[in-house]
Amino acid sequence: MSQPTIKEVLLNPLFNNNPIGLQILGICSALAVTSNLQTALVMSAALTLVTAFSNLFISMIRSQIPSSIRMIVQMVIIASLVIVVDQVLKAFAYSLSKQLSVFVGLIITNCIVMGRAEAFAMQNPPVLSFFDGIGNGLGYSVFLIALGIIRELFGAGKLMGYEVLPLINDGGWYQPNGMLLLPPSAFFLIGLFIWAVRSWKKDQVEKNVYKMASQVSNKEAY
Amino acid sequence: MSSQKESTVRTLVVALLVCLVCSVFVAGAAIALKPTQLDNRLLDKQRSILAIAGLGDASMSSAQVKDMFSGTISAKLVDLETGKFSDAFDPITFDPLKASKDPKISSVLKGNVDIAGIKRQERYSTVYMIENEGQVDTLILPVRGYGLWSTLHGFIAVKGDLNTVVGMGFYQHGETPGLGGEVDNPKWTGQWPGKTLFDDNGNLVLEVVKGGVDPQNAKAVHQVDGLAGATLTANGVSNLLKFWLGQNGFGPFIANLRSGEA
Repeated sequence: MSQPTIKEVLLNPLFNNNPIGLQILGICSALAVTSNLQTALVMSAALTLVTAFSNLFISMIRSQIPSSIRMIVQMVIIASLVIVVDQVLKAFAYSLSKQLSVFVGLIITNCIVMGRAEAFAMQNPPVLSFFDGIGNGLGYSVFLIALGIIRELFGAGKLMGYEVLPLINDGGWYQPNGMLLLPPSAFFLIGLFIWAVRSWKKDQVEKNVYKMASQVSNKEAY
Repeated sequence: MSSQKESTVRTLVVALLVCLVCSVFVAGAAIALKPTQLDNRLLDKQRSILAIAGLGDASMSSAQVKDMFSGTISAKLVDLETGKFSDAFDPITFDPLKASKDPKISSVLKGNVDIAGIKRQERYSTVYMIENEGQVDTLILPVRGYGLWSTLHGFIAVKGDLNTVVGMGFYQHGETPGLGGEVDNPKWTGQWPGKTLFDDNGNLVLEVVKGGVDPQNAKAVHQVDGLAGATLTANGVSNLLKFWLGQNGFGPFIANLRSGEA
C-alpha cells in the first residue's frame, strides 16, 4: 500500500471522506453543540486538537502497543488529552466551558477520535497521523460550523451572539424558527447536507444492498 | 518479535508506563491551571450575584464585574444560630461550603429538618448587601440544596422590605441539560422578581408549583411556574428556599434585621 501524502490526509476528510458526511461518525455531539456558532467553534477546535494529538502519540508508540490492550491504551491517551482540554477551557473560557458542560468530556467517546486512532494512527508514521487527525477534525468542523451558522442564524436571528436578523419580538421583522434550536433539527440538516454532498460527489453514493425487481407484468401476477 | 511484543510482562509494562506518563501529564495540567480556574469561579460567582441583584449584564468584562462588585456590594458574616452579624471570620475569604465540612463550626442535620438535602450545615454564612444610607437596599442570601442529581448552588435577592424577590438564580449545578438544567433559563428565572416570600401572617409560602401558575389564584404572588419534565428539580428549588429562608437557615437573621437588632 503506497503511503498517502500529507496533503491527501489533510484535505480528503473535508468533503471526499467526511467523518460526519460519509463515515456517519460523531453525530451525537453534532446535534448537541450546534445550536449556536460559538459553542460549535469551540467544540470543533477541541475535537481537532484531541484527534491530532491522540493520533500523534498513539502513532509514536504504535509499535510498542501490545494488540491485546491496544484499545485501552488508546482510550487512556485520548482520555488524558480530553481532561487537559477540559481543564484549559475551565481556566481560559469559563462561561463557554459551562455551556459545553458534559460535551467536552464526551469527546472521549466521540467515534471520530477512536476511529482515526484505530484505523489510521496504528498503521502510519507520527507526522502523517498528526495531519490525518487535523484533517478529520477539520472535516468534523466543516459540518459543525455549517450547522451552527444555519441553526443560530435562522433559529435565533443571531451569529456569534450578534443580531443579524432583527426578531419580531424585539421590534424587527424576522419570525425565528424555534425548532432549529432543538437537537432534532440538526438531524434534518445533516441529512440534507449528506444529500447535497452526494449529489455533488456521486462516487459517495452507496450501492443498494438489494435491487428492487422491476414491476411485474399482468401476466406474471396471475 | 511479535511473540515478544505480546508477552504478559511486556503488556503489563506498557500499560503501566502509559498510565504513569498520562497521569503525570493530567495532574500537571490540573495543578498548573488551578489558580486561573479558581479566579474564574470567583468571578463567575460575583457575576451571578450582580445579575441576581438586578445589576449589570452578562457582557461585562471581568474588570468591570470586579469594580462593580467591590463598589456596590458589601459582604457580611452572619451567625445562623443567633441570627446576628458576627466577626468570627473574614466574610470575603470565609467559604461556607468548606465550613460545612468542619465539625467545629458545622452540625449534622437530622432527616426531618434537612429538607434541602444538604446533610451538614455550617454555623456561619456570608450574606451580601447593597446598602443605601445605612438602610438595606437589597439583601442577597446564598442558598443551596439537592435537586435531582446534584446540589444546586445559588442566591436569592430580596428588597429592603425583606419580602419582595429581586432575583433568584443558580451559579452551579449538575441537573440534566434541557430538563432540570432549565433552572438557568432566563425565561424561568425572569418570573421570580416581584414574587413575595411571606403571606400576611408572616408564614414563608414562596414555592415552585407543578405546571403553570393560575394568575387568578390569590397565592399567585407567592408561586412560580414549574419546569416541564423536571418536577424533582423544581421541588428541590422549593425545598431549598424553604430551608434557607426558614428557622434553620436565615429565618432568625431576617427577623432580627427587620426589628433592627442584627
